[in-house]
Order: sequence, then structure tokens, then C-alpha cells
Amino acid sequence: MTPLIKISNLKKAYGIFTVLHGIDLDIAEGEVVCVIGPSGSGKSTLIRCINRLESFSDESSIVVDGVVVGPGEALAKVRAEVGMVFQSFNLFPHLTVLKNVMLAPMRVRGTKPAEAERKARELLARVGIAEQAEKYPGKLSGGQQQRVAIARALAMEPKVMLFDEPTSSLDPEMVGEVLDVMKSLAGTGVTMVVVTHEMGFARQVADRVIFMDGGRIIEQNTPSKIFDNPKEERTRSFLRSVLDH
Amino acid sequence: MNLLNTFFNIPVLIDTFPLLLSGLLVTLEIGVTSIITGLAGGLFLALVRLYGPGPIPFLSKIYIDIFRSIPLLVLLIIVYYALPFVGIRFSPFVSAVVALTLVSSAYTAEIFRAGIEAIPHGQFEASQALGLSSRHMMVDVILPQAIRIVIPPLTNNCINVLKDTALASVVAMPDLLKQATQAQALAANPTPLIGAALIYVALLWPLVAIVARLEKHFGKDKRP
Ligand SMILES: Nc1ncnc2c1ncn2[C@@H]1O[C@H](COP(=O)(O)OP(=O)(O)O)[C@@H](O)[C@H]1O
Ligand SMILES: [Mg+2]
Repeated sequence: MTPLIKISNLKKAYGIFTVLHGIDLDIAEGEVVCVIGPSGSGKSTLIRCINRLESFSDESSIVVDGVVVGPGEALAKVRAEVGMVFQSFNLFPHLTVLKNVMLAPMRVRGTKPAEAERKARELLARVGIAEQAEKYPGKLSGGQQQRVAIARALAMEPKVMLFDEPTSSLDPEMVGEVLDVMKSLAGTGVTMVVVTHEMGFARQVADRVIFMDGGRIIEQNTPSKIFDNPKEERTRSFLRSVLDH
Repeated sequence: MNLLNTFFNIPVLIDTFPLLLSGLLVTLEIGVTSIITGLAGGLFLALVRLYGPGPIPFLSKIYIDIFRSIPLLVLLIIVYYALPFVGIRFSPFVSAVVALTLVSSAYTAEIFRAGIEAIPHGQFEASQALGLSSRHMMVDVILPQAIRIVIPPLTNNCINVLKDTALASVVAMPDLLKQATQAQALAANPTPLIGAALIYVALLWPLVAIVARLEKHFGKDKRP
């Protein structure tokens, strides 16, 4: 079976500083992949290349659902298929929660307002914030904002959802509500790539865990193998350091 | 009461008031036209300076720098008195509007640019990640937020443009100042000039007060 996302020889550098050293990674349709690793290891850069929020070297190639991720026309197609959730939510503060979720389907897919609203309300109910639809994002808690951000991305009916540390800027008591939404999402067949420090989430939900360090994939395996029986010393010391805290 | 008779001569003021009002109308015509064209030009310049291809951003920057440096009076005189030598002849009204627009669009371009640059990078990234086109990103996400930031400085710029319309009197435009100086000559009394000054203040004071309120309003409204 051809993978939904095929990353080949992904290289990225800022000047002389190389962030990604030629990463090869295939992700199957419906797979839930968690990316872990120390800060600065290139996790964000890796997933931001998938929808080309970061440009990358010409020798590299990323193909998403048969479409080459490059500058130009095809990029719009890729971005419409790939949803992204950011650490800092990035909701549109001048639009209500409902309008945040309705905007992209109307503008990118040409969905009629009534249909976009019906769909948005359905998604907001699914992430548990139907009552907040008319509020502005600034009035919501961090956990609620992040759930709106997930609904906003889902409104495009993406094949792939990218999450870049979606719970890292949340107060501890709000982490659970966002992880719960992500867990239920993982059961729906959407392909997920999740950069996270939530090892419990990775262990419970991931089909595969990737450990990155220094711009390379050091080790990847099923969660139980990575967490209970890591092969590489770097993985072991990283897991020791995060599980200690 | 010589002073009152000289500067606040009520009969003279009553006599010349219709003239002053017709001047005010011309001032407003020049001002409002230049403000609108200056806004459109400024937004265009800001966008091409930020996102234009190739040498366009640089050319836009050069334009902005030149027209922020040149004294408006000099520019106006060039447009009205120098351009005819190369066969370009504008009416006084068009000359005034052209000169004011050229300068105002340079200033508003910088205001719009600062407003767009003040929008957090995450707003651009979220728009791109959703697949919005550049046009939709600007129209639906970035500009509505930037507008809130730029309204106080843009209002300030409107005040400047309205004040600068007084320069149009040097190209024989029958604006408020020109009518006042003519009325002064006719009446052999400076009261019309004082009247004109009072009309300028009555026109612009509310705007000045609005700017102060807007700055306070948008200043305390700290958004994420
Ligand atoms: N715009 C940038 N300019 C220079 N260096 C950058 C830039 N963005 C990221 N980096 C560097 O790239 C490396 C990887 O960053 P990132 O992908 O954000 O790591 P992670 O998400 O694993 O913490 C870091 O060392 C970071 O300092
Ligand atoms: Mg990161």
C-alpha cells in the first residue's frame, strides 16, 4: 500500500545550521504517529514541512496523498487536505468561534454559509463547546480555544491532522480535555502526526512513536517497544529525563 | 475696543460668512477626495512593499521615502507650475488632489505596513495551514485586525491632509484660506482670517478628540 505521506531525504538548514539531516519517513493512511524528542531536535520543523509552512531543500521530496508538496498551485490542494493545530492556538481573534470554524470551508471549498454553519456547530458540539459558538476566542479558556482550533482544522475535512505540541501552553488542568478530543479523533480514521511531550497520550493512542534528536530520527517503533524497551541509548536517556519530571 | 473691531468685527464676519462657507466646501472636497485616494494608494503601496515580486518592494520603498521627504508646498508648485512645461496641465483642483494624494499615500502606506506587521505571525500561519489564498488571508484575517491598529494613526493622517488643503490656495483654489484672504482684502479687515481659523478649529478639533479617544480605546484593548 502506498503511504499517505511520503517524506524522502528531507533536509532543512538555516544558513550553516542544519536542522533536518535528510529524513525519510512514510506514514500510512489512518496511522497515528507521535513524534517525541528534546527541544530543538527539529520536531516542529519536520511537521511544518509537511504543509510547507517551512520551505525545504530541492533534493528533498514530500508527497501527500499523491500530491508533491512544492511551491505553486498544488500547495493549496495539499494545505486543504492537511489540518494543523498549533501550540499557541492561533485562532482569529476578530471572529466569533463559529466564524473561525466556518471561514476556511466557505473560502477554500466554496461551502454555502448555511451548510458551513451547520457543519461548524456539529464540530463544536463534537469538541464539547457548542454553547460558546457566539463568543470571541479571547473569552475562552486555553483548553476551550485549543478545542476550537481542532474544530476549525477539522472543518476542512482533512485527510491528515498535524499537531505541534497542542497542550504545551495549557494550564495542567486543561490538558486532559484537549487530549480527550484528540483521542476520540484518533479513532475516526484520520491520519495524525502529533508532536508531544505527553508520553501517556503517546503510549495510549499512537500506532508508532518516533524519537528525534539533532535533526535525525533516532528510533521508531510501537509505543510499548519504545517506552518499555528502547534500543538506543539516546532514547533511553531522553525518556529517563522526561519521566523523572 | 479697537482690537475687537479689528479682529472680531461682527458685521464684517456676517458679510463674509457665505464666502467662507463656500471656501469650506472646497476645502472639504479637496480634503475628502485626497483622503480617499490616499488611503487606496497607501494600502496598495503597503501591500506591494510587503509582498510584491522582484524589485517592486524596493521601488515602493523609494516612492514612500521620496514623498515623505518632499515638502508638500514644493510638490504642489511643481505639479501646478512645472508640469505644464512638459505638456501636463492639471486644473487647480486636480493639482491639489494629486499633490496631497502623492504625499498622503506615502504616509498611509507606512501606517498600513506597521499595522500588518503588528499582526502575530501565527495568524498568517493558521490562515496558510487552512489553505486560504493570499487574498482571502489578507481580506478575511489580516486586514480586519490591522484596521483596528491603524485607525488612530490614519485619523491623524486625515487631520494632516485636511490642514494641508490650505496650501491649495497657492494654486488659486478658492478654498477656505483663499476665500478668507480675499474677503480680508475686500473688507480691508482681518476678521475673515480669524473666522477661517475658527472654522478650521471647529472642523478639526472633533477629529483630534476622536483620535485621542481611539488611541485610549485601542491601547487598552490588549489582544492575544
Ligand atoms: N527561523 C529559524 N531560524 C534559525 N533557526 C531556527 C529557526 N527555527 C528553528 N530554528 C532552529 O531549528 C532547530 C529545530 O527547531 P524546532 O523544529 O522548532 O525544534 P523542536 O520543535 O524539536 O523543539 C532549533 O535548534 C531551532 O533553534
Ligand atoms: Mg517545537
